[in-house]
Amino acid sequence: MNYEDRLENVTVLGAAGKMGSGILLLTAVEMADLSLQPENKSKVFVLNAMDVSNPGLAGLKDYLQVQIRKVAEKKTVLLRKLYEDREDLIENGEIIDQYVFDVIKLVRPVTKLEVAYDSTLIFEAISENPELKIKLLSKINENNPNSPWFFTNTSSVPINKLNKEAKLDGRIIGFHFYNPPAVQRLVELIAADNTHQDLIDFAHTYAKKLRKKIVPSNDFAGFIGNGHFMRDALHGISEVETLTKDMSFSEAVYMINKVSQDYLIRPMGIFQLVDYVGVDVCQYIMQVMNPYLTDENLHSPLLDQMIELNVKGGQYSNGSQKDGFLKYEKGRVVAVFDTEKKGYVPISDFKEKCDAKLGALPESFSPWKQVNFDRNKTNILNKYFDELKTMETPGTELAKKYLIRSNEIGLKLVSDKVANSTDDVNTVMLTGFYHAYGPINDYQK
Amino acid sequence: MKKLRKKVYMTAGYNTVSLGTGRKEFHPKKPRPGLEEYIKEAGEGTLKQIGGGKNVDESVIGNFMAARFNKQANLPGFIPMIDKELEWKPATSVEGACGSGGLALTSGIRFVLAETADVVLTIGVEVQNTVKAIYGADILAGAGWYKERKQGHAYFFPGQFSNRAGAYFEKYGREKARKGFARWYKNAIENARLCPTAQEYHNNLDDLIAVGLSEPNPKAFTDHLNFFDCSKVSDGASSIAIVSEEGLGKIDIPKREAIEVIGWAQVERDITKQPTDLTELETIKKAANEAMQSAGITVDQLSTVETHDCFTIAGILAVEALGLAKPGEGADFVAAGHTARDGEIPFNTTGGLIGWGHPTGATGVHQAVTIWEQFTGKAGDAQININPDKPYGMTINMGGDDVTVVAIVFKRGE
Repeated sequence: MNYEDRLENVTVLGAAGKMGSGILLLTAVEMADLSLQPENKSKVFVLNAMDVSNPGLAGLKDYLQVQIRKVAEKKTVLLRKLYEDREDLIENGEIIDQYVFDVIKLVRPVTKLEVAYDSTLIFEAISENPELKIKLLSKINENNPNSPWFFTNTSSVPINKLNKEAKLDGRIIGFHFYNPPAVQRLVELIAADNTHQDLIDFAHTYAKKLRKKIVPSNDFAGFIGNGHFMRDALHGISEVETLTKDMSFSEAVYMINKVSQDYLIRPMGIFQLVDYVGVDVCQYIMQVMNPYLTDENLHSPLLDQMIELNVKGGQYSNGSQKDGFLKYEKGRVVAVFDTEKKGYVPISDFKEKCDAKLGALPESFSPWKQVNFDRNKTNILNKYFDELKTMETPGTELAKKYLIRSNEIGLKLVSDKVANSTDDVNTVMLTGFYHAYGPINDYQK
Repeated sequence: MKKLRKKVYMTAGYNTVSLGTGRKEFHPKKPRPGLEEYIKEAGEGTLKQIGGGKNVDESVIGNFMAARFNKQANLPGFIPMIDKELEWKPATSVEGACGSGGLALTSGIRFVLAETADVVLTIGVEVQNTVKAIYGADILAGAGWYKERKQGHAYFFPGQFSNRAGAYFEKYGREKARKGFARWYKNAIENARLCPTAQEYHNNLDDLIAVGLSEPNPKAFTDHLNFFDCSKVSDGASSIAIVSEEGLGKIDIPKREAIEVIGWAQVERDITKQPTDLTELETIKKAANEAMQSAGITVDQLSTVETHDCFTIAGILAVEALGLAKPGEGADFVAAGHTARDGEIPFNTTGGLIGWGHPTGATGVHQAVTIWEQFTGKAGDAQININPDKPYGMTINMGGDDVTVVAIVFKRGE
């Protein structure tokens, strides 16, 4: 079965979810591009968008329409060639409209799993629940006569476990997108011990056509990305716990969030990132990873407590941020949760005091937004961290400790053989998390 | 063309900001001034200098595609909105694609020559940021023949001029041509930095030559031109008063504060035909020569030229069309700095279309305003020295791919 044939009938499980909708979009666009090739005009391409949520599927179409239009506007030069023989389509606007229609035409939103029984490729992007994943994958595998291939977007469940327990005989691969899949270029690729070589080759071709960058990860729960992120978050949490001896919980969260964003020149503070991913999702990923770890305990009672208080973060279906550790108004952080008061405290109540306590930022500081896209990024960062090293304010001390810990985590991922190289760890953090520099660096020395 | 039977002057020029990407105040998602705000600002800018609408006999407005960019036609109806005194007076709208501003100027000149008006308020306007560039390209493609749209590039006009650049590369060499393009871009930006209304006024890129030399990306854009070879999408309006000698008296402006139209030409090429030679701007050549002939001057008497550099290649080819360099040597002429503000013959001293901006229907009028500013000492930081031995300046405004061209020769009033 060649590449096109494999993509003739595809099902995305969890298609209305945050990750599923992005995967669906990218796959729909790729399938439509194939369907528009002259040699494929007689084929019928089908993309089942399977999800249990009816409202979710209704929203999915809105999302697709907006996103496909953006895709089309960026590649109109190519689209004019694809629609060369359509004499009725003259202007860019007409061609773009037609393309949006042609992509959406492939997508069939459904709530029943049975549609996957006809597919040759199944993309799994449901919640990080190993039992549920195994149940669905084996059910499809038992009822599908095509010996389908399974791509799983899991960020934490070992692929070998899914392979073995769903009895897939090596017809599975971990193909882990980063959020949002339509934007982030990174894909972590994780093969099981007996994943078929032609499946791996297909995954590489597919990633290339989607213009994604593959970083191979070995099959350890959490892989590279969450392997770093979860431990990095736990470091932030433990720093908060230390600080709360001298200050309120909200103040401590505010300070560590600020240190991890501004002082470390990252796109988000660590607590904002936890909120972005979802407090509950983080707790869940740790639970999935923890049984596989022998020398550490990946668990946070604080996360448990937050979830008990129903503070979960995550995103609304329109992509806006739900409140978690932090409270957001129009995307800006306006307040911080307090575990004692069980409510949010406005930042304005303590910002000045906390900023004074942290001390001044190094003079050469510029925020991530400016640094990350600058052609002289390396020089800017060298200068900044050289300056940071010479300072001894509480803020810079916390930042130095953070850098050291992040570096340790990175090196451990290599020594534990989760990642094949320090470069791979850095690439994941640079492209999947949009960091301006990799965790394995000389800045902490 | 017959000698002008009457003296015609231009004065009281005004430009709005050329708004679009590059200007700090521009944000694609925030509300911006509309067509009527631009018309009003530019019109008032001129009226304030000439004693208000009561002194105006007639108005003309140049615009290309408000019908599609702004869903608005019947632009003469906006003239009385500028000043109540303009109500019940004649107003005309003219269109010749990106040459609409030039047609507004020649219309104004004709009104004065016809002696139906002594003072003509002349405005050019275009508001194009209402749609994304990829859809704007469809609208601007209207400057070409509609039957060629299907075969054309997604970015139709950049595609047309990319073909011209490609032909030039093949005939005369790519490397030197690209060097000429990059220098044209550098000059444009450096001039724009001296003009507060210019779209590239805030441009602070370091190595403009290196930027100009960026390799074209045919997948996303055209084969032979990069983004820096192109003028940007702009919103803006320009305005100027076209007046007779009597008119100058009426508005109480001394001749020295005006520029005089010495000669001009308006030339059309058949839009349904391909250019004879892609490496030559035949219509511009005819128009420029005819204008100089009617003025009785030669190219070495020009102190400065405002030419229609919608693309760098159009700038280079105009240099050749004027006879300043032989065919194929325009790129070298430009690369050597001869068209820079301190060069032999400064071109586009407030940035031209690439630097100042290209609100399509306004461009022809903007060119005249720049010449007026330069010859009457009103160009501010962008002021150049006008050599008394070369007392003439010229504007060349082009609509479409060398289809509708207006060229005008001016000198300071005396």
